[in-house]
Amino acid sequence: MPDISRRRLLLGSSALGLGPLLGGCELIEGGPSRAGLYGLSDTLTLATQRFLLRDQPLAREFSPEAISKIFPAINTTDPDNPDYRRSKEAGFSDWRLPVSGLVERPTAFSLAELKAMPARTQVTLHSCEQGWSAIGGWTGVPLAHVLASCGLKREARFVVIRTVDGWWDSYDLFDALHPQTILAYGMNGGDLPVAHGAPVRLRVERQLGYKSLKYLASIEAIDRISGLGQGRGSMVSELGFAWYAGI
Amino acid sequence: MRRAEPLRHPLWVRLTHWIGAGAFLALTISGFAILLALPRLFWGETGANEAPAWIVLPLPVNLEQTGWGRNLHFLSAWIFVLGGAVYLIAALVTGHLFRRLAPDRDQLHPAHLASEIRDHLRLRPAVQSDGGHARYNALQKLAYLVVLLVLAPVMLLSGLTMSPGVTAAYPELFTLFGGRQSARTIHFLAATLLVAFLLVHLWQVLANRPLRLMRGMITGRSGGDTEKA
Repeated sequence: MPDISRRRLLLGSSALGLGPLLGGCELIEGGPSRAGLYGLSDTLTLATQRFLLRDQPLAREFSPEAISKIFPAINTTDPDNPDYRRSKEAGFSDWRLPVSGLVERPTAFSLAELKAMPARTQVTLHSCEQGWSAIGGWTGVPLAHVLASCGLKREARFVVIRTVDGWWDSYDLFDALHPQTILAYGMNGGDLPVAHGAPVRLRVERQLGYKSLKYLASIEAIDRISGLGQGRGSMVSELGFAWYAGI
Repeated sequence: MRRAEPLRHPLWVRLTHWIGAGAFLALTISGFAILLALPRLFWGETGANEAPAWIVLPLPVNLEQTGWGRNLHFLSAWIFVLGGAVYLIAALVTGHLFRRLAPDRDQLHPAHLASEIRDHLRLRPAVQSDGGHARYNALQKLAYLVVLLVLAPVMLLSGLTMSPGVTAAYPELFTLFGGRQSARTIHFLAATLLVAFLLVHLWQVLANRPLRLMRGMITGRSGGDTEKA
């Protein structure tokens, strides 16, 4: 029962006299909640970075010569989901990416349809929370374009992305509509390898690697995160990591 | 009745000292936990387990400690930075920085510095050459200044250079440190120097009337004019 543990945390923090301090720190309306002192420091970090990024700068991009020879592939590197395996055998020709929720025209895109959309290629530094970093070149369609082509509704505030291997994460429109937030089907000039999330992975360049989900299965536009799972905003948040990974 | 002696350490110094001490301890422990996920150091932009490293630290690899490690690291970093900012502003405004921490002219005389170094190497109290007026010795003052004005800012800036959000706004940070992995390596080296400072600092307290010095940093009054640590 997630609600009970959250209430216990809130009660715990108000017992320390921190209730008023921590209760009112929902920076993004309908955004993820995290109680306690870590919630406070997460909120300080998000507020500070949103201020620093208020003009929506692009993350640094490199020339193709800078691409790393070694780019680690971690977590899932070959999903054992039977539908995925079958789709992989067929060259992902039957793969579909449904976009649903607060959009005018829910659509399931094929890989060919995504590749026919305006593409963006970006050579960027991937920074993992484990400490490693590597430079990779990514080609894909901006998420903003996909959402616009489905007619994103005015009340949509967040995008929830789920993957074949059971990960899920959410992004508010500040990051979802950023030009470098792309659905990448290409890496370093070729097709996206299976180990790196084929057929399509997300790239969110101003946050740590764990926000750039691999093996995308679905996209959903919603108006608030609080109703999802434990209300923390992502699978890794429920494991204790920060929802916002700009640091 | 005994007259109230003057404050050895004003309240803002004591508060920021202990807040900083607690935050530093938490930063060190959590930083170590984060380091265990990749106990290798690199120069430049990139680095990974399979990539050639500058240094492979003799530490066990543990990928399970970054969750709490990162949470505690950034919470204590906020406390350390905000407490440190209050300290630095107060130290500048009150003149504390120049009055107590900047070496006096006579202390910078080569002969005086040489005698202080000799005294330290022989593990003897550094001789006060101003007729009993209590002040920190020159090496101590320089150590505090290096920590406050060099190592602490380097820690903050090299830490922020590992942030993909901050560097999107200020890519100059990459230029300053020579890449993300260089910043990570410098963050580790500066942390090592800070821990070395802490060990000497603690040793100096223990070696120079620890109860009186602790009382001084807690209550503000130590009942004497010895200044060490």
